Amino acid sequence: MEVGYPVLSVIIFVPIVGGALMTLIPRYMEGLLKVVALVITLATFVLSLPLFTHFDKSTHMMQFVERKEWISQFGIQYYVGVDGISVLLILLSAITGILCVLISWNAIREKVKEFYIAILLIEGAMIGVFASLDFFLFYIFWEAMLIPMYLIIGVWGGPRRVYAAIKFFLYTLIGSVLMLVGIIVLYKKAGTFNVLQMHDLHLPYRVQMWLFWAFLAAFAVKVPMWPVHTWLPDAHTEAPTAGSVILAAILIKMGAYGFLRFMLPILPDATKDMIPLLMGLSVVAIIYGAVVCLAQTDLKRLIAYSSVSHMGFVTLGIFALNQQGLEGGILQMINHGIVTGALFLCVGIVYERTHSRQIADYGGLASVMPVYAGFFMLFTLASIGLPGLNGFIGEFLILLGAFKAKTLAAVLAATGIIIGAAYMLWLYQRVFFNEVNEKIRNLEPMEFKEAITLLILAIFVLWIGVYPNTFLSFMHPSVSHLLEQIQRATPEAAVAVNMTTEPQGIIGLLGSSGGL
Amino acid sequence: MDWSSFLPLLPEIVFTLMGLLVMTLELLIRRKETIAILTIVSIGVTAYFIPQSLGRAFNGMFVSDTFSVFFKYIFFLNLLLTVLISLKYLRIERSEFGEYYSLLIFSTLGMMIMASAGDLIVLYLGLELMALSTYVLAGFVRHSVRSNEAALKYFLLGAFSSGIVLFGISLIYALTGTTLIQELPHRLTQAEPVASVVALVFLVASFGFKVALVPFHVWTPDVYEGAPTSVTSFMSVGPKAAGFAALARVFIVGLTPLAAHWQWILAILAVATMAVGNILAIQQVNIKRMLAYSSIAHAGYAVLGLVAFSPNGLSSMLNYLLIYAFMNIGAFSVVIMMRSEGVTGESLEEYKGLARRYPFVSALMLLFMFSLTGIPPTAGFIGKFFIFKALVERGLVWLAVVAVIFSVISAYFYLRVVMYMYMYEPEMEIEGLSLSPALGLAVLIAAIGVIVIGVYPEPVLTVAANAGLYLP
Repeated sequence: MEVGYPVLSVIIFVPIVGGALMTLIPRYMEGLLKVVALVITLATFVLSLPLFTHFDKSTHMMQFVERKEWISQFGIQYYVGVDGISVLLILLSAITGILCVLISWNAIREKVKEFYIAILLIEGAMIGVFASLDFFLFYIFWEAMLIPMYLIIGVWGGPRRVYAAIKFFLYTLIGSVLMLVGIIVLYKKAGTFNVLQMHDLHLPYRVQMWLFWAFLAAFAVKVPMWPVHTWLPDAHTEAPTAGSVILAAILIKMGAYGFLRFMLPILPDATKDMIPLLMGLSVVAIIYGAVVCLAQTDLKRLIAYSSVSHMGFVTLGIFALNQQGLEGGILQMINHGIVTGALFLCVGIVYERTHSRQIADYGGLASVMPVYAGFFMLFTLASIGLPGLNGFIGEFLILLGAFKAKTLAAVLAATGIIIGAAYMLWLYQRVFFNEVNEKIRNLEPMEFKEAITLLILAIFVLWIGVYPNTFLSFMHPSVSHLLEQIQRATPEAAVAVNMTTEPQGIIGLLGSSGGL
Repeated sequence: MDWSSFLPLLPEIVFTLMGLLVMTLELLIRRKETIAILTIVSIGVTAYFIPQSLGRAFNGMFVSDTFSVFFKYIFFLNLLLTVLISLKYLRIERSEFGEYYSLLIFSTLGMMIMASAGDLIVLYLGLELMALSTYVLAGFVRHSVRSNEAALKYFLLGAFSSGIVLFGISLIYALTGTTLIQELPHRLTQAEPVASVVALVFLVASFGFKVALVPFHVWTPDVYEGAPTSVTSFMSVGPKAAGFAALARVFIVGLTPLAAHWQWILAILAVATMAVGNILAIQQVNIKRMLAYSSIAHAGYAVLGLVAFSPNGLSSMLNYLLIYAFMNIGAFSVVIMMRSEGVTGESLEEYKGLARRYPFVSALMLLFMFSLTGIPPTAGFIGKFFIFKALVERGLVWLAVVAVIFSVISAYFYLRVVMYMYMYEPEMEIEGLSLSPALGLAVLIAAIGVIVIGVYPEPVLTVAANAGLYLP
């Protein structure tokens, strides 16, 4: 099944080159700038579709591989490819790009040109991060993304944007540069930047341990894991809606993706020994994030802290190190991207009208904006994990995996779901029910553009909720292969790893549990 | 007399003649643009002879090799960009004197001699030629007290450091009976160890002064702030690179037996330099002063390439210096654009809201700032990456970790410039930028260098690797 063009390069560079070419459009032609940005993101999405349709779900091998010499004297290559772990994240990035352009249509009024260029650059870099199979190339995209993100938060953000932007930048940079040293050490050991070759590197335990800390610094900040999460509430809260959506949907997934692609396969022994720590931090993040949500008075801040909690689930699933946990973790990355992205979009929609993010400024919104209230309800329930919606599938699989690996962790994490229901429903009640707040009595109803963006996400919420196999089927071979890699490292240490050789088992389980 | 033994010297000879020509013609030609163009022509003519000059002259007292050629290209790049950014600036400063260009040429000539010196005395001659011309340039705006002060400070401390370098050289001569750098290794092994370390310390101190390593850096902020901005830009790249050329050749070729000592000394100085440069830059409100501290910090990174003491380390240092030339002169060019009648363009406050009025210039400044921080895909990242790689290859992981942590700290003050330009509203009315075609060309060359080396570094890395391989 051949596609007539190099899919990955095209979708990485269409937004980047498109963004660069947009500098040629005069800045007063704002309408044209927006349309061009929209066309570029739509084109990127359409061009990325072969990844969905032509993906071979029967193998864990890298697909759509492209390999070119780049800096040959150091063995650095332009080497991209996708497998079941990265393919969905790339598609999610492509969709997010479109949503960001749509949602910013009216919201961004200043420095319009720079804004859309930044969005396009970030989209290209995001796809590059998930597609890179050369560690140097990966690092370039990983870091390059900081520049537009820093500007998006700092230039178009809320009142405390400057503080939030620099905090975001410094936190992520300190983690990244430590990883950079780790990458160079790995290169010294492996003699290559090729990630797949590094997977077969059986490093001595001591080296693995050092590298583990270096990588953990980068990925934990990005996820963000407790206790290095503090940049996230600030960045989320102050960023413009499109920035929050990118952060929630993609940027923080890069950390979890780093665990899957680099930490687990390259440093299996060290990671396995640190599982209690990693699962412990995940559980702390789940419960801490949820409890802090209860105390929030700011809509965006609440959703930001709920991200900390939900990303705790993702890392919990990943570090359960079994098929259910890993697949649940990956699926939950997608779910969280969709649901939290949608919730930020929702907040953005009312914020454009009221210019307030305070929960106390709302109330009775359901009677003012009924359609909006319906969407918000759907995403709230998905966030809580109602069966039939996407959040349920992810959290269920994660808890199943975690239960097998560490029962206590699963039990504690489950309390996070309960608190999650509490804060989300309470939020919904305060914003949408009760007396209609005078300040919001005359709000305009939703625009068509806004409804479309939410509708796209709502479709995915239901699709994954009802028939997750469309998406899970992408992952099975890659996740099994990842588990094999971890097990192969030291067969005797495979206590925590519960291999499911038959991927169909999960689907069977799901079928019997939720009545789907 | 065999004339072919002059061949390695040919670029220097040609450049001297061109310098004299420029000096004479500026008496006859009133239009300073013509002099500037003539300077650029002499760069071109001399650059033509450089590739053909490879060889050794006078028993190895003068060496033209890939290593020195690489440096000469850095010096020419530095000179070319400086000439381009100077034209308009000097008019605004009311200091349009033709000597400016011949001083630049002779200073660059001194650097070329330093890079090619195979003998400590030749090295000293180059150093003095470079330094004397630069002292005058620092005080070139005669009616400005700040400029005078800068020149005097630079001169006094520079003279002091010249004394120290001579003392170091004489100690080396006393110990080994030679000043020929390539002869030093096997003679030093028989020399008195304590005395050789003393000589080493003197050389470290004097070269450390030229490249502004902490604690020999104290002159830098004052001189950089006071000197005319175009000269600051020139000084922050050229003499520094020349200092590194001398440091590399003397230490790696000559003082190899003492490598264990100087590796440690330089490692400690590098850490101190990165620390002081990056931390003190945070509190600066004057952008020239901030860039002065930043250039101190960058010397700290570059010297790490020497600490690695390997061909890869050396070529990473060369590569770093070339990239540093592009991004640093780029940043200074923007500072020069900000200088117009009645506006100093030096206070950070004046950058507030610049992106609103001058989006393109701000975007370029943003590029240079991110490159100086070392964020990909800019050249600054490539420079730092290969330095760190050279360190890790030699097992100096701790130094690489220290260096990356300081580059995170540096992000804070570089990004502050971006913050002022993009995230604040203008407080005062920004006067028109002093744009001129030459200045625009300089900024574009710098920006293209930063982007192209950032995205496709292979050619530069190959050339740097060849240059680095030459030294053992």
